[in-house]
Amino acid sequence: MSTTKNTLAVAGAVAAALTALSTSQAAAQAKEKCYGVSLAGQNDCAAGPGTTCAGTSTVDYQGNAWTLVDKGTCTEMDLPAMADGSERQGSLEPLERDLPA
Amino acid sequence: MSRAEQFTRAILDARLPVPDGLLDGAQQPAGRRFSVYRNNVAVSLTEALHQGFPVIAKLLGQENMDGLAALYLRAHPPTSPLMMHYGDSFPDFLEGLEQLSHLGYLGDVARLELALRRSYHAADATPLDAQHLGTLPPDTLLSSRLGFAPAMTVVRSAWPIHAIWAYNTRADAPKPQPGAQDVLITRPEFDPLPQPLPPGGAAWIALLQAGETLGTATEAVTSDFPDFDLSAPLALLIEGLALTDLSQ
Amino acid sequence: MFDRPDRSPRSNRLPDAAGVGYKPQHFQAILDAPGTVEWLEIHAENYMGDGGRPLAQLRHLSQHFPISVHGVGLSIGGEAPLDPAHLARLKHLVDWLNPASFSEHLAWSTHDSHFYNDLLPLPYTDDTLARVCAHIDQVQDTLGRQMLLENPSSYLAFAESTWAEPAFLHEIARRTGCGLLLDVNNVFVSATNLGYRPQDYIDAYPLDLVGEIHLGGHDEDADDHGRPLLIDSHGAEVVDPVWALLDYTLARSGPRPTLVEWDTDVPDWVVLEAEAARAAAALNAVKVAA
Repeated sequence: MSTTKNTLAVAGAVAAALTALSTSQAAAQAKEKCYGVSLAGQNDCAAGPGTTCAGTSTVDYQGNAWTLVDKGTCTEMDLPAMADGSERQGSLEPLERDLPA
Repeated sequence: MSRAEQFTRAILDARLPVPDGLLDGAQQPAGRRFSVYRNNVAVSLTEALHQGFPVIAKLLGQENMDGLAALYLRAHPPTSPLMMHYGDSFPDFLEGLEQLSHLGYLGDVARLELALRRSYHAADATPLDAQHLGTLPPDTLLSSRLGFAPAMTVVRSAWPIHAIWAYNTRADAPKPQPGAQDVLITRPEFDPLPQPLPPGGAAWIALLQAGETLGTATEAVTSDFPDFDLSAPLALLIEGLALTDLSQ
Repeated sequence: MFDRPDRSPRSNRLPDAAGVGYKPQHFQAILDAPGTVEWLEIHAENYMGDGGRPLAQLRHLSQHFPISVHGVGLSIGGEAPLDPAHLARLKHLVDWLNPASFSEHLAWSTHDSHFYNDLLPLPYTDDTLARVCAHIDQVQDTLGRQMLLENPSSYLAFAESTWAEPAFLHEIARRTGCGLLLDVNNVFVSATNLGYRPQDYIDAYPLDLVGEIHLGGHDEDADDHGRPLLIDSHGAEVVDPVWALLDYTLARSGPRPTLVEWDTDVPDWVVLEAEAARAAAALNAVKVAA
């Protein structure tokens, strides 16, 4: 790309970007700014409910005993096992390359 | 072993006995009274992970997420008292679990959720007046460098992470299709907004963040992506109030 | 880094009135219909981010209400020195907000660089007394203000303890000059769990040093022997015996800033405001009697 062409392309694209947003930005600024709930975990000084369940479970630190049960939305999505589209063994088949270091 | 050492070991590992010398009100061993602390730690950290990674929790389901949290909180207790940042290493942890290896996208989806949280708590910044850009002569524009708001960030992935995020947070979102997605996060008001970037957009923003001029960054990206049109990512940045200054 | 909030003249001290623990979901309702609520308390750690909505909300609220900053992560009762980075974050927040009060807990939560997100108990010995006092000295020197120290909820006792809790707190206050935050629900929970009369605790407690009172709801469970074990869950209404203990305390201390905490299963604002109204009524009864 020549410098002149590049200059014109950038200037044109900037102008196009500015035109595209002139209306939507004004709408966004009118929104109530402060109201809304927090996005992440909060610190507090309360104790958890009850004395049993989560705290007293005996957990296998290595995670070997943990099994994935089919419960979430991941079962609805038909995505390949690998990002490049290749398939892999099922989750319960041990695979050497997947073991944590 | 100090009291704190005894306490924390027995809190995280319920297979260990309750430490000696802990009593009820009648000078008898405390027994399951100690479980209150075990429970408080496990429940509160599990809850923090649910709140911090709602899409991961939805993808896996409550029961799976609880089980993962039980593993993670013991392997990686918080290293800071700020619960808003808990879970830094959760993406790597997900990728290291063999049982999840067929869900290759989990790590990057967790990274997107972490990035949204960081954006939410990032410092405020005054955006530049975008109309000023339109008044600059083309040559000045080309030699300009841009400054970005701390709440702006880009998450790159070989997975369709924006589509996965949308599918699990919006009622009307379509099922994700395979493919790589780079996600731009801006914070136009107080709520972080994730949006997919066109091909080349992430590289273009990275060059600008590294201090390259608009001209150099655009030229470099155009050589890899001949169809790259900067007006799309630029509009997202301006609309997201993510540009804070312009210098020569 | 961010704009300083404006100060209203009344924000330099908590009023002897009812307050509530602030929850973000109540932001608009508090401003629209505060009812008897005259002040708010926040957990310091939730406002240690760099910006965004949490700090914007806090800045706005601080223009309408005196704010109490209540820390939950400093680990004052910890074996190790205080985390200098965390203390610096706290100073940054307190310098910016200039709250009416700062308080923390007689407890620990950090050990060996890990944070356990719970208020863990410590034995009451001469050694732990010296350590807690050194930490409080450091906090007060760093912040340049007096802090209040809160009594914990106890689920067990330590064989090695040589101090009763009220005397331990009194001695800490005497040595450091700190004030005290008396959590009346914690007294009730600890007394039930460890088998003493809560009124005896109040009678032994240095009420003249109390700068703030806390109230909250608790859960009921049982220990290995089937005896009641109360859990300080902050997830329900304050129970009648705790309201009675508040009356007992206020009759001896006089009116004090009194806060209702509700942290889990947080209800609609009207429910929390009704709890605050009950605290306000208890305070009014004492003011009338005086």
